[in-house]
Amino acid sequence: MAERAFSATRLPGFATVAIVVFLALYAPIITLVVFSFNDANSVAVWGGLSWRWYQVAWENTLVKEAAVRSLIIATSAALIATTVATMAALGTTRRAAFRGQTAIYVIINQPLMVPEIVTAVALLIFFAWIKVATGYQGLGYLIAAHSAFCIPFAYLPIRARLEGMDLSLETAAADLYATPWQAFRRVTLPLLAPGIIAGAMLAFVISLDDVVITEFVKSGGQDTLPTYMLGQIRRAVTPDVNAISTALLALTVILLTAFFLLTRKRD
Amino acid sequence: MSANEDRQRAASTRTAWLLSAPALVVLILAASGPLLIVLVYSFLSPGDYTGVQRPFTLEAWQSILFTRDIFDGTLQLADAHLSIFWRSVKLSLLTTAITFAVGFPTAWFIATRPAKSRALWLFLITIPFWTNLLIRTVAINEVIRNEGVINTLLIRAGLIDQPLRIIYTDTAVLIGMAYVYLPLMVLPLFAAIDRFDMKLLEAGYDLYASRLQVLRRVILPLVKPGIVAGSILVFIPSLGAYVTPRVLGGGKNMMIGNFIELQFGQGRNWPLGAALSMTLLVIVTVALLVYVRAANRDRSHG
Amino acid sequence: MPNADLYDHGRAAGGWLVNKDVAVEVRNAVKAFGQGDSAVRALDDVSVDIRKGEFFTLLGPSGCGKTTLLRLIAGFETPTSGEILLDGKDITQDPPNRRPVNTVFQSYALFPHLTVAQNIGFGLEMQGRPKAEIAAVTANMLALVQLGPMAQRKTSQLSGGQQQRVALARALAPQPKVLLLDEPLSALDLKLRKEMQIELKRLQLETGITFVFVTHDQEEALTMSDRIGVMSAGKLQQIGTPREIYTSPLNRFVAAFIGETNFLSGKVEPGGVRLPSGDLVEASGTEGRSGQVTLAVRPEQVRLTRAGEPGALAATIANWVYFGTDTHCHVTLSDGTQVVARLQNPASGESGLERGKPVALRFAPGAAQVLGD
Repeated sequence: MAERAFSATRLPGFATVAIVVFLALYAPIITLVVFSFNDANSVAVWGGLSWRWYQVAWENTLVKEAAVRSLIIATSAALIATTVATMAALGTTRRAAFRGQTAIYVIINQPLMVPEIVTAVALLIFFAWIKVATGYQGLGYLIAAHSAFCIPFAYLPIRARLEGMDLSLETAAADLYATPWQAFRRVTLPLLAPGIIAGAMLAFVISLDDVVITEFVKSGGQDTLPTYMLGQIRRAVTPDVNAISTALLALTVILLTAFFLLTRKRD
Repeated sequence: MSANEDRQRAASTRTAWLLSAPALVVLILAASGPLLIVLVYSFLSPGDYTGVQRPFTLEAWQSILFTRDIFDGTLQLADAHLSIFWRSVKLSLLTTAITFAVGFPTAWFIATRPAKSRALWLFLITIPFWTNLLIRTVAINEVIRNEGVINTLLIRAGLIDQPLRIIYTDTAVLIGMAYVYLPLMVLPLFAAIDRFDMKLLEAGYDLYASRLQVLRRVILPLVKPGIVAGSILVFIPSLGAYVTPRVLGGGKNMMIGNFIELQFGQGRNWPLGAALSMTLLVIVTVALLVYVRAANRDRSHG
Repeated sequence: MPNADLYDHGRAAGGWLVNKDVAVEVRNAVKAFGQGDSAVRALDDVSVDIRKGEFFTLLGPSGCGKTTLLRLIAGFETPTSGEILLDGKDITQDPPNRRPVNTVFQSYALFPHLTVAQNIGFGLEMQGRPKAEIAAVTANMLALVQLGPMAQRKTSQLSGGQQQRVALARALAPQPKVLLLDEPLSALDLKLRKEMQIELKRLQLETGITFVFVTHDQEEALTMSDRIGVMSAGKLQQIGTPREIYTSPLNRFVAAFIGETNFLSGKVEPGGVRLPSGDLVEASGTEGRSGQVTLAVRPEQVRLTRAGEPGALAATIANWVYFGTDTHCHVTLSDGTQVVARLQNPASGESGLERGKPVALRFAPGAAQVLGD
């Protein structure tokens, strides 16, 4: 080892471990992506580049329906969760402490704390009642469940943005003859927009990714992409699962990159 | 306090509740409220086919730990249940330990990068964090299963004749959980190290400490809040894990999450499933309370 | 007494007896924060009349209540008790958006998502004025603060001084009856601050609008104001012109806060105040006072003379500090009291100051003031 200049922050071996960790983190994902373009019938043998499994997945009506269902649920849940989370964030930040504030925080963040499997069985029981009582079997149950567990993910970036916002801006608007509603429309909302968009994107990603709660809440024939994949894996790993995974992965990375750029741009 | 100010304060509180109400309604209907039903179900008897029926009983809670002998009706420790609990706790603790052992150097590495590249390294940790847990489990599955990348490469290289049997073992579940929960350890550790004043290291070395002493006496005590946060964030989902043990552990290597599902499926013992869910919830809540107390203590120390 | 009755009657009848020259009238304003025993009175029974067209400064240390008083006038807070009148009309309960009063914020509070021109036109837009008028006023304001070329910039692209001008233009654009300025210069460096002081004074004279200016900087207050209200501990300690405040401080707080002052204790006697050293000092403000009092003497009013001069106080030089234009000489009186004298430095040669040297000192006529309690 050549002699190195003293660096207080360097700890021996740490950089090596870190590099290995990054490699180990990405190697399986990259393998999955690469094999999704594999022409061979087996997942183990490389048979040359092809779009074959994407075609197979695309032509499978079950996959197509699951994809559409996933998008409908994720979009609805993101819209609902972001709307109610924005209102809650406006209600709970930047005002004097009030009675019940902690209770509101606990309920909003509850989905982050309760194990998913517990919520899943609770909803299984509860929605089974309602299904019997009303006879309604539609996507509403999944949308409601997804909206609920997406709320904290939408709430946190919106609240962070609000807390970072200068209160004197709205005071200034009021001073310049804006009514409370005008001040909200013209000052608060435009400044809050990046937080709201970030929250909506996180909610969308979280909903798109959910397996456990969906698996328990869905009625027959209501598979989303993740629950469809879970069912497939239980039988045998087929290469079209790799293709679906890669497509979902790409969507997540695109949304995350957008989120990253959006939250970084704030001054 | 004038009446006017009281009125303003009351109005502000009312606005806060009104604005929060829609979110609270959604959450109470589709997340918090149904938990109470689970609690009630845990005190009922299993239905004839599915579901529950009267009478109210402590049977389900008792059967978490004990089984009744078919012949003489005496209570015995339920070995099968205990082994599932033990596996869940053991795998969760090991997952926490492994993710800390490799996550701490990783977090340190990221925090000591120059400001420009730091954001990129952090982003690289964040992508897996937000990537579908199922996809990541599938990816690990691709690597370790019998016809997976590792076995194919090793057989092709002539190092082994028979594939290494990793899949459907506790080891597979452990590898999988460490893989999927690692970002949950790295992110809070990074946050703590990022707050850490690097000048303190120079002060430590200036006062004759070795690298190991600096690590043990200066760094670790100061980033302890991050260590506690990371450990809790990994331990809690590990304990409730469902997808990873199901895909990588096969049918036999169950954890509590799979065991709960079993009661609502083939097991047809909803009360037991409900009691198990409540037990899991209590353990997680206790872990969170320990964390909150530790975090508050650290904060009050400065 | 009859006058007070008349005044009260006038108020009850809707303010027809209110002085036409008064822009803002604050009556017995109290503002308490917190509740019960832990309540803090940020404002403790403050009354003041601010005249039309004047540059009025609220001066005091941080936490004295000056910003709270400003926020009460702006309408960002409502008083716990007391009233605020604008042109004789009670506006105590009016929200800020219905008060013809605008504020220049300490942090400027410029809207980051709007351009300079949009910021300046915001108030007029909210009042629902026609587009053409908004454009015309905005253009005028941009010219007034010399920011014409910056109209389409985002405010984050401006320097601190430019942001300050935008904040001023934005607050002036709706032509408020009163402009409130909350330490607007504190974020600027010294050179820019001096420029802006002149600029502010110019704007006030050009627009004729009443300015209420909050600062903790005594120099700023003395140079810019028509009148100053000195505040401490939630109370107005003294209101007066800069000269009155400086030369005739009413109490020890005002004397100490504004400029430097020597405090001497003594006893009122016919012909002056008797110091513990036995010397009798001629002082103003002894009328109606007796017993122990405190005398205030500005250092520049203390003259050093040769020891033993008749009628002067005997002292010895303890120390001195050289300041370029002058020297601060610390002397000790025979009873041990420390007094600072500010001496003009001679153009050339030595000052002749020596530690331990016996000297005598004399106060300029009228310099020694008896302070109120």
